[in-house]
Amino acid sequence: MSSNELAIEVRGLRKSYGDLEAVRGIDFTVRRGEVFGLLGPNGAGKTTTVEILEGYRERTAGEVTVLGEDPQLRSRSLRERVGIVLQTSGIYRHVKVQEALEHFAALYPHPRDVDEVIELAGLRHKRDAATRTLSGGQLRRLDFALALVGDPELIFLDEPTTGFDPAARRDAWDTIRSLKALGKTVVLTTHYLDEAQALADRVAIIKDGRILVEGAPGELGADGGAIRYRIAWRNGNGLLNQHETDDPTTFLHELTSQALARGERLEGLTVTRPTLEDVYLELTT
Amino acid sequence: MPRSFAALTWRQYRLERKMFWRNPSAAFFNFLLPLLLLALFGALFSGDQDDLDVIVPGIAGMSVVSTTFSALAYNMTSMRELGVLKRIRGTPMPSGAFLLGIAAHAVTNTALQIVLITVAGKVFFGVDWPPQPLELVAFVAVGVVCFASLGVALSHVIPNNESAPAYVNAIFLPLIIISGVFYDAEDVPSFLSGIAQALPLTHLIDGLSGAMVTGVGLGDHLSSLGVVVAWTVLGVVLAVRGFSWEQRRS
Repeated sequence: MSSNELAIEVRGLRKSYGDLEAVRGIDFTVRRGEVFGLLGPNGAGKTTTVEILEGYRERTAGEVTVLGEDPQLRSRSLRERVGIVLQTSGIYRHVKVQEALEHFAALYPHPRDVDEVIELAGLRHKRDAATRTLSGGQLRRLDFALALVGDPELIFLDEPTTGFDPAARRDAWDTIRSLKALGKTVVLTTHYLDEAQALADRVAIIKDGRILVEGAPGELGADGGAIRYRIAWRNGNGLLNQHETDDPTTFLHELTSQALARGERLEGLTVTRPTLEDVYLELTT
Repeated sequence: MPRSFAALTWRQYRLERKMFWRNPSAAFFNFLLPLLLLALFGALFSGDQDDLDVIVPGIAGMSVVSTTFSALAYNMTSMRELGVLKRIRGTPMPSGAFLLGIAAHAVTNTALQIVLITVAGKVFFGVDWPPQPLELVAFVAVGVVCFASLGVALSHVIPNNESAPAYVNAIFLPLIIISGVFYDAEDVPSFLSGIAQALPLTHLIDGLSGAMVTGVGLGDHLSSLGVVVAWTVLGVVLAVRGFSWEQRRS
């Protein structure tokens, strides 16, 4: 893959804070136009990694390229092409929504239309409201809007829907999908595995500063042998049976041939792939 | 839309001005309090021109401190803890343009106050127009850089928003009391005046007094100017060295 198809390239990334090694040599790439999810428990090194990509922190070792540039050089041209939604970040308490967006739009060479962004973020009825009067969910939507107003190629979303009610989460998901439809690259860190499953093209699970597994959320663990299919069925007297196996073909062959031999129908037979959540819990706990 | 350094500084400046007037308590403490004190002490000392000649440059010196040192210590702490600094850091806004816009906003308040105090001195308190306007500009200019940088440096020590008033007032109140804002610095007991002489405000007020009242020129206040400049150097070094764009995680 040529490097201009890659939005992000990370090789051998390490970051230490004194004696503590928060990131211990990780490699991954994010393709342009892809939604990439970074998952892992608190303290796993997710935020450190993302903040190195965003240009907030300097790495201890390794190579990092974001949109063809080294983020720690903090070039203005790179910051013009990147939008950031931080986990927590405030805004002037007395500024109005529209004013804030106009102020930030003026920092970028080709900003999006402010009205359009207000609409997209669902803040139409709040455009003249001071930010101190907004609810937590509305502030989060303003964070989104502020990150999008510069029309970035690459967007970092750090826990973007924490504290949202289910309806607001679905709206945020739609917004993220619309970014992907526009060809934007999205790097998403989240605690919600259903969110990663729903949105991400590929995910990486980080623990203790290392990437444990990386791939499409539905195929995770398939090559490492970690994937275990769950097979469930009812036997002749109606009792529910369950079995986990990493070789479903052989097991199903035996199960079905025995059932045929006994003349049973195997009511309620299901074969389920592990969800992202199953893989995640198996790897991180 | 122009995005030059100057244009972005101007944008930030205008935003800061707008935000300032929308926050009544900041506007009051930063802006009205020195004028109120001038009115009160002016009324108290009315008829005694010697005292009025002290209080006018004294309040002018105090307002340099409150509009820069106190205001920036609060402002930078609250923007850091609110996460505004970190958010700005992630945009193409040049750090210099952002900080300059904030500083220019503070200095505008200083300039407005000095003008108001000068006019009030002439109209109400029998103090003539400043006999040494250039000296006035020189001392205000150096004083502003000095106390602005010390205010930013202080914000690095303040752990959170809630404790900011305690930190600021623990310095501001004793400073104005020993530095001769409300009475002639020569009346201060010697052990306190020794401390006051080492600090910049007494020297700033000396210079302002020469510029606004006595007409003693800049040439005779070079040592005072030197002390303020020395504090400025210290302030700038500390302001730059301790600067953090991130919230304290404690």
